[in-house]
Amino acid sequence: MTQKKTVGMYESFTRSGRPSRATHYCAGCGHGIIHKLIAEAMVELGLQDRTIIVNPIGCGVFGYYYWDCGNVGAAHGRAPAIGTAINRMRRDAVVISYQGDGDLGAIGFNNTFQAASRGEHMAVFFVNNAIYGMTGGQMAPTTLEGMKTTTSPFGRDPLTAGYPLHVCEVLNQLKAPVYIERVSVADTKRIMQARRAVHRALEIQRDGKGYAFVEFISPCPTNMGLDSVKAALFCMAEMEKEYPLGCVRDRSATALARAPHAPAPSVEAFFQQSEQHQAPAEEVDASFKEQRLKFTGYGGQGILSLGICVAEAARLEKRFTTWFPSYGPEQRGGSAACSVVISGRPVGSPAVDHPDVLVCMNQPSYERFAHDVRPGGTVIVDATVPLMEKAPEGVRVISMPAIDLSLKLGVPQAANTMMLAALAQLEVTGLKREHLLEALDASFRKKPALIEKNRLLFNEAVAWMEKNL
Amino acid sequence: MSVQEKHEGKPVLPRPVFEADECKSCGRCVAACPKRCLRLSSRLNSRGVKPAEYVGEDCAGCAICFYNCPEPYVITIEKP
Repeated sequence: MTQKKTVGMYESFTRSGRPSRATHYCAGCGHGIIHKLIAEAMVELGLQDRTIIVNPIGCGVFGYYYWDCGNVGAAHGRAPAIGTAINRMRRDAVVISYQGDGDLGAIGFNNTFQAASRGEHMAVFFVNNAIYGMTGGQMAPTTLEGMKTTTSPFGRDPLTAGYPLHVCEVLNQLKAPVYIERVSVADTKRIMQARRAVHRALEIQRDGKGYAFVEFISPCPTNMGLDSVKAALFCMAEMEKEYPLGCVRDRSATALARAPHAPAPSVEAFFQQSEQHQAPAEEVDASFKEQRLKFTGYGGQGILSLGICVAEAARLEKRFTTWFPSYGPEQRGGSAACSVVISGRPVGSPAVDHPDVLVCMNQPSYERFAHDVRPGGTVIVDATVPLMEKAPEGVRVISMPAIDLSLKLGVPQAANTMMLAALAQLEVTGLKREHLLEALDASFRKKPALIEKNRLLFNEAVAWMEKNL
Repeated sequence: MSVQEKHEGKPVLPRPVFEADECKSCGRCVAACPKRCLRLSSRLNSRGVKPAEYVGEDCAGCAICFYNCPEPYVITIEKP
């Protein structure tokens, strides 16, 4: 009768064509020992059907050929991010992240740190062999002081290469982790301790209690330049001086299991929650001539709001419409632009390269965009902009004192309302004035006091245009 | 299969059974065995290395060799 054999791993491994019963690891490598411990714990706790292991880059990259459970391969160092995603999508899954010191402690350390800080529900198994194994024995963050590697041929010098990274101790500064322990696979006693730690980490996942981190001090005979037994002795004699074994934290007794999963809101419910009021759905209207508008100026002049207002009016009129902003990083004073397309059929692209209507509220935008306007199009430009550039052939240019008028009326922020009035008066949007006004009102829904005022400004601008144009 | 040949009839004592061709001759099991009843063979396996093998009848079935072995299928422990 078989008393002890490997469970939780495939019967044979088809990594490179021919099936094999052996792993790809070098003789005496600690990875295989750890693989067996994880597979055993997974089966003994009855978690095999729920387990998803996120495989790293490094020697451990081929875990998915070995473990008989769900497996995912992650980009270098990104296993915690992938694990987080699985965690959020499949709350019944037991997530394991299996990583080495290059993957977890170097390129992916921030991922590790943030996932630990968020207390993601995952068991992280960190294989620390103090060296980059797969790429040929380069210095790792965990390489010991004075240890010779191919990239520290005279031994790691802390003055230039820093000190060995103590990942368990760093993570122990965080609030969220439930369990942190450092173990070793160098001899039988240590392997049995490691076995208990793996079980504990997976029990925490089974019970939904949070983040568990187990670091394994593991021999790399090939790159340590030692035979298997001596490499294990090196782990005990040298590595344990730098990385003391033991449980750093275990809060599994008091940690609370995570709350049951609330179903995600439907897309419909999400939109109903939003403050946009309901408008009738778009209607196909082949007779409507598509209007492409561009609004340009400085950030803070209400350029984007003006575009939204026009798009909202189009929405109220059952037109297909898009609003597409483009602005610099500055909240105020940078250049701002937005494109609005109003159409009688679904809009293909929201980008507007050659507008039918261009609104410019400053000089640079006039100089930049005026030449893009289509023949037969209209440019409405603020009167403060000197028209140094000649408008292109067949384009009507209207100079509108929007800024001056709004200043004179005591509402300097409302120059964009003046421009909206100009659009309505010139009838260039293809939209009805009542809808433009309704959209204007809607844009001040949160500040009702401004609705009347803007209506007043709108009418003043219309009056100016009737008198002067 | 190069499973160690069985004794005549049923085995009466616990013992490790080796898949000798998968053994990489790391020697971890030999060093770990508390009964000192494992050794590296004097012949080569198909990998070209000397596989671990069981000698004598001292095995207590403790499975220490199993846990020290980095390979999944080289060692299984049989018990009567």
